[in-house]
Amino acid sequence: MKVLVPIKRVIDANIKVRVKADHSGVELSNVKMAMNPFCEIAVEEAIRLREAGTAEEVVVVAVGPSQSQETLRTGLAMGADRAILVETDPIPEPLAIAKLLKAVAEKENPGMIILGKQAIDGDNNQTGQMLAGLLNWSIGSFVSNLEVAGSSVKVTREVDGGLENIELVAPAVITVDLRLNEPRYASLPNIMKAKKKPLETHTPEDLGVDVSPRLEVLQVVEPAARAAGVLVTSADELVDKLRNEAKVI
Amino acid sequence: MSILVIGEHDNSSLRPSTLNVVSAAKELGDSIDVLVAGSDCQGAAQEAATITGIARVLAADELALADGLAENLAPLIQSLAENYTHVLAPATTYGKNLLPRAAALLDVQQISDISGIESPDTFVRPIYAGNAMATVRSGDALKLITVRTTSFEAAEQTGSAPVEPVSGSVDAQLSTFAGEELTRSERPELTTADIIVSGGRGMQSSENFAMLEALADKLGAAVGASRAAVDAGYVPNDYQVGQTGKVVAPSLYIAVGISGAIQHLAGMKDSKIIVAINKDEEAPIFQVADYGWVVDLFEAIPQLDAALEATAR
Ligand SMILES: Cc1cc2nc3c(=O)[nH]c(=O)nc-3n(C[C@H](O)[C@H](O)[C@H](O)COP(=O)(O)OP(=O)(O)OC[C@H]3O[C@@H](n4cnc5c(N)ncnc54)[C@H](O)[C@@H]3O)c2cc1C
Ligand SMILES: Nc1ncnc2c1ncn2[C@@H]1O[C@H](COP(=O)(O)O)[C@@H](O)[C@H]1O
Repeated sequence: MKVLVPIKRVIDANIKVRVKADHSGVELSNVKMAMNPFCEIAVEEAIRLREAGTAEEVVVVAVGPSQSQETLRTGLAMGADRAILVETDPIPEPLAIAKLLKAVAEKENPGMIILGKQAIDGDNNQTGQMLAGLLNWSIGSFVSNLEVAGSSVKVTREVDGGLENIELVAPAVITVDLRLNEPRYASLPNIMKAKKKPLETHTPEDLGVDVSPRLEVLQVVEPAARAAGVLVTSADELVDKLRNEAKVI
Repeated sequence: MSILVIGEHDNSSLRPSTLNVVSAAKELGDSIDVLVAGSDCQGAAQEAATITGIARVLAADELALADGLAENLAPLIQSLAENYTHVLAPATTYGKNLLPRAAALLDVQQISDISGIESPDTFVRPIYAGNAMATVRSGDALKLITVRTTSFEAAEQTGSAPVEPVSGSVDAQLSTFAGEELTRSERPELTTADIIVSGGRGMQSSENFAMLEALADKLGAAVGASRAAVDAGYVPNDYQVGQTGKVVAPSLYIAVGISGAIQHLAGMKDSKIIVAINKDEEAPIFQVADYGWVVDLFEAIPQLDAALEATAR
């Protein structure tokens, strides 16, 4: 089985983002970028499937500007075998990304596609579910455990009430949650090796996908700030404030 | 405007998230139908019928819909959608799993997790873990939207709308439900609780979390946690509050041994009053706290317990 892993280049999760002065978006120039943390978990899971002999090949795919090659190289350094860049600038909306990924999947014929549950820039949480819909494949979203058993995939999902188990008919789309695994760091030799692994490039045109946006961002602003609070020094003081000042207990 | 609200339920009863979504729908227009799609789901449909201000409940009652599987539900939403200008679902794990699939089938770019409505085509939503708020206008004729439940009041339940049967689901046979491990608790549910006591890595163990649970019970509160506390196995996954867990906005949120990482703040900074209990005065949680107490939590919790006891009404 071949596993496809779509990965996104985003602002590093540790960076405090700043809204641009003209309110057109957030500041992206000279900011540290990294692989979306959920995508790292997706890559890790795919590599583990290959190490377990369940998968033969792991292909990472990124949709985005040419700098996304760095993210793909990170995936290759973690252990993916090949990379595909669908070059677009700017990065399109989730529906268009899902259409591009569908076109790639139709060329590659994977047995499973593993995505992150959410990209931490747009916080959309859509792409995997959309891709599964376009392909008419089964979907296991927010997965914290995954087991391949013949032609079915058993997954545990993190849902609001706790955990849910479902069995998917392969080929399946999986979106991963934080507790599925602990992604590995790429070693220096593997980073060197990754430079020589194959990376092919496509465009939306050659994949026959219209990526024109459906949404217009009118403005991006800072959220309302909370007013500064006060410090208390005892339990009695805290309870008194909560009861008589804030009136919340 | 005619709006379809996807009701969230467990067949026998309606989930409260549906009530918040109906309130969002009311900001768009006054022709609102609520879909209850399940199996043996008359209980949930009857409860939906009591929501104030809705036109109808559409009840799709079929075996293939029993477990809320997106593969079977999305085609039903696709076939119903032509009668509406907007389809709304809660931004809960149920809605997040389902609605994007329906959007893809309908060739619509969904708008996720809206916290405000400017006009029938323009919406406000948090991005970058709530570090920025984006106002977006949709050019799609049909709008598919998931709604941040904490941003809209719960609709009242004083009505009696008619319940009409609908069909159109498919049994895609792509997935099967194989059981669940739901967290059972006598305490209020996190997303609707009026008071939440949350613990972080500072709690050090699941045994210590029992202290917080006792405190929560005194306050009639729900118990939440940071990702670090969940990852360490102190509490189950569904306790996680944050960018990638639950979004909550109680009247009172007490954060104990939580540093206040941006991803945690994303899930709780709309709470009315925030209390931070942390021994590190530099912890970022103090920047959003209304009342901060710089103290070792293992001293603070028993004292707080005692103070509540002493002044109990
Ligand atoms: C992609 C991504 C998604 C994430 N999503 C979430 C999310 O949804 N929710 C979430 O919470 N986090 C999330 N995180 C993790 C987040 O970045 C932080 O790592 C996490 O919130 C830290 O949890 P914590 O505050 O419990 O632990 P720490 O940051 O370790 O803080 C522990 C705090 O406890 C205090 N403390 C320790 N001992 C005591 C004591 N005896 N008395 C008093 N205080 C004490 C310390 O001073 C410290 O401030 C996410 C991270 C990433 C990268
Ligand atoms: N531009 C992209 N290129 C490749 N994969 C992507 C891209 N955008 C999103 N994805 C995948 O879809 C997941 C969910 O993203 P989103 O729907 O934007 O929250 C990510 O974790 C990735 O696995």
